[in-house]
Amino acid sequence: MRTNDVMLQTATKVVTFIILMFAVHIFFAGHYTPGGGFVGGLLTTSAIVLLMLAFDLETVKKILPINYVSMTAVGLLLALATAAASIIFDVPFFTHAYDYYDLPLFGNTSLHSALLFDVGVYLVVVGVTMTIIQTIGEDG
Amino acid sequence: MSFVFLIFLPLLAALFIPLLFKKVGKIHTGWFVLTVPVILFIYYASLLPTTIDGGNLVSEFQWIPSLDIAFVAYIDGLSLLFTLLITGIGALVVLYSIFYLDKHREQLHNFYVYLLMFMTAMLGIVQSDHLITLYLFWELTSISSFLLIGYWYTRDRSRFGALKSMMITVFGGLMMLGGFVLLSIMGNTYSIRELITLAPEMATHDFFIWALVLVLLGAFTKSAQFPFYIWLPDAMEAPTPVSAYLHSATMVKAGLYLVARLTPVFAISGTWMWLVAGVGLFTMFWGSFFALKQKDLKGILAFSTVSQLGLIMSLLGASAAGYHVDNIAETTFKYAGFAAIFHLINHAVFKGSLFMIAGIIDHETGTRDIRKLGGLMSLMPVSFTVAMIGAFSMAGLPPFGGFLSKEMFLTAMLSLTEFDLFSMDVWGVLFPVVAWLGSVFTFIYSFYFVFHTFAGKHKPEQLPKPAHEAPIGMLISPVFLAILVIVIFFIPNLVGDWLVKPAVMAIQPFLYSSPAEVDIHVSAWHGFNTELFMTLGIFAVGGLMFWTLHRWQKSYDRFPDAISLNALYDNLMFLSDGGANRFSMLYMTGFIRSYLVYMFSFMIFILLGTMYLTEAFALDLTNLAPVGFYEIVILVALVGSTMTILVSKSRLTAIIALGAVGYSVALFFVIFRAPDLALTQLVIETISVALFLLAFYHLPQMSRKEERMGFRLGNALVAVGVGVTMTLIALSSHSQKALPSISEFYKETVYSEAGGGNIVNVILVDYRGFDTLFEIAVLGITAIGIITMIKLRLSKKEDQHENK
Repeated sequence: MRTNDVMLQTATKVVTFIILMFAVHIFFAGHYTPGGGFVGGLLTTSAIVLLMLAFDLETVKKILPINYVSMTAVGLLLALATAAASIIFDVPFFTHAYDYYDLPLFGNTSLHSALLFDVGVYLVVVGVTMTIIQTIGEDG
Repeated sequence: MSFVFLIFLPLLAALFIPLLFKKVGKIHTGWFVLTVPVILFIYYASLLPTTIDGGNLVSEFQWIPSLDIAFVAYIDGLSLLFTLLITGIGALVVLYSIFYLDKHREQLHNFYVYLLMFMTAMLGIVQSDHLITLYLFWELTSISSFLLIGYWYTRDRSRFGALKSMMITVFGGLMMLGGFVLLSIMGNTYSIRELITLAPEMATHDFFIWALVLVLLGAFTKSAQFPFYIWLPDAMEAPTPVSAYLHSATMVKAGLYLVARLTPVFAISGTWMWLVAGVGLFTMFWGSFFALKQKDLKGILAFSTVSQLGLIMSLLGASAAGYHVDNIAETTFKYAGFAAIFHLINHAVFKGSLFMIAGIIDHETGTRDIRKLGGLMSLMPVSFTVAMIGAFSMAGLPPFGGFLSKEMFLTAMLSLTEFDLFSMDVWGVLFPVVAWLGSVFTFIYSFYFVFHTFAGKHKPEQLPKPAHEAPIGMLISPVFLAILVIVIFFIPNLVGDWLVKPAVMAIQPFLYSSPAEVDIHVSAWHGFNTELFMTLGIFAVGGLMFWTLHRWQKSYDRFPDAISLNALYDNLMFLSDGGANRFSMLYMTGFIRSYLVYMFSFMIFILLGTMYLTEAFALDLTNLAPVGFYEIVILVALVGSTMTILVSKSRLTAIIALGAVGYSVALFFVIFRAPDLALTQLVIETISVALFLLAFYHLPQMSRKEERMGFRLGNALVAVGVGVTMTLIALSSHSQKALPSISEFYKETVYSEAGGGNIVNVILVDYRGFDTLFEIAVLGITAIGIITMIKLRLSKKEDQHENK
């Protein structure tokens, strides 16, 4: 059964980007307002799933040639490394650090080591959900 | 110098072995390995002057200070003797292996990595003063032994032998760990030296006898004592250098070391003396008796090792008698400890050479079956000479080292008849009798080993390869050991002063204040006494029985195999394996719904049980928010869509209804002002519906036929139970607060400490970062699981068990 839904496909082309942008926003906003790596990751996944529904697995693979298994591994390593980095500064495992910086364009911004950890979470969530969906979808 | 790190030198060297094997393939990897034991031997030999005077050295390295675990290398007479044996024999064995293992055909990198790992482990055992690290090294020897026995892992017998040795020695190791824990509870220290000073107080402790038995289980399994010896003959599947090294000279002596080391702690007890001396002596007889049944050269040597280990064990047990007499120097009890250590050295030397000869015969003729061998004397004259020296030393003939220690063994056993504690005055007479019988059989199998291989008729047609003498490199090590056998006979007192007496002092520290006080002079001739007549009897009876061996050896085959200890082991393994399998088949139905029922029933049981036992149920309806219009509408939608799932006939309807349930819950989150949860829930619902649709094709048709009523009722009961449990918990937890809510803490600290504004997310990444870390790890594992289930599915024809 080949899907050929012009309306869905056209809408998807726009909506996917909106969802992705929203995911990025929600990911970075997470520390102060609702959001974070978990939701951000899930939203990103949902954008990709929408693409898959509108087109098909093979097309999406061509658009986003990502190895999601490696993505999961990178995410896990990043999270673990962020947690372990505190050992170097002789503070207990998983101690986070943050400070405020004046950055061009952004103005006074707070930078957190927790953000790096959240990037790890984000990568794992996207990696795992996409691995599962791809593996099951390809089977058969 | 902090010599504690030298223990790890072999392990460090092992890291480079695979590299050397791959890059410098032209040179046999063994040459690089050889440097390690040689360097260590030279270094440790330089410590000899310290211990000869009764001194000791300590070097420490903190490992886990918070748990009081450290590597403590303690060098005294006993540990230095073992250290020299490990490095000395190690060097000879590595040299021998260079010629034994072909550099092109064998996986040398595996072999030498395991061997070096073993060397570290063994050095660790004999030098550790700390019980926990001693245990660690102890298990490491079991593991490296497992790997080495299974070195030719394509052979069934190798894998079987490796597993058997692992099962038995690790069982013993765990028992020993229990004993160590009890010891540390009694003495409130992990240090063996401190335990020894506390020994008198510990003897009356309730745990004392338990600790004693558990520690002995560890020692007996490792040192192949009856009835645990059965792993040693099967361990002979290992390459011969390994058998010579691990399974005769060093690892199996770890049990002896432990018994010797802990003698000051336990020797006060009669149980200790009876168990160690009794089991040891019985093992000595049993091993020598069954050695004659063996047809395999290495099998004979394996049983002979079992027997000799028993002999040394019984001497260590007899040395405990020294703790119960007033002035040991004037009694004959002083001989046991000395004889034990002396024979340990002798055994390592002659058994090492015999194993190497067995390996040479295997290598040069292609078989180890003694029935096919014979008449090799003229073809392999050097090997024959070495074998004869080793075997005669084992049989206790002069002028070889074994004669001296065998005489002392008899003296020590005779002395037990004079001992008047622990009912020894009644049963003590058994000791010399059994010892004499065991020695007779030892004499016979020693001759059997040499003369059935080298004398008699040569049968070239039965040999896979034409027999010839081994290359010179292979002969260096056994010849060197054979020369040592003779040298020891002529300078026994030098060996005694340098090695034996300092070690004896470690076994009996309360009795001697310096090695020089051990008042023993070894001489080959000590007049006409009972020992000499016993020895002459052994020669006469043993010689006669060897002469008639062909007439009675066949009677061994009448022992039924079905009631042997090996059969017991096989049955135990079969039963535990099969039994465990059958037990899991009882509940592993293969249906996810069954597993869910188990999980939910258990959850109800645990939670309701806890609530009932702690009387946690409470109901307090004050302080509740009013239920408004929106809540009622969402609730109706929620219940309605849940019901739809239950009654729907098509899967598609069920999936959509499930999505509706999820969205309703998300709406609840919105109303209760939990935007984070709502957001997550919404996205998750979307994705999981998509996932369901993907998996939709693969799901079987929903079965149209009605399930049995009982089945449905059972499920309904579990479902209602879960609902009731959760409701009760929610009501109770709302109605009573044992502790003030933690949310206040979060509110206060979220900006000042964590620098964030959104509590939920800060909890995820900071406050409870560990949870998140493990959660994403679980997610990763799930992904791996799904990939393996879907991509690597076994087709039905493929073999499911690699061993069948």
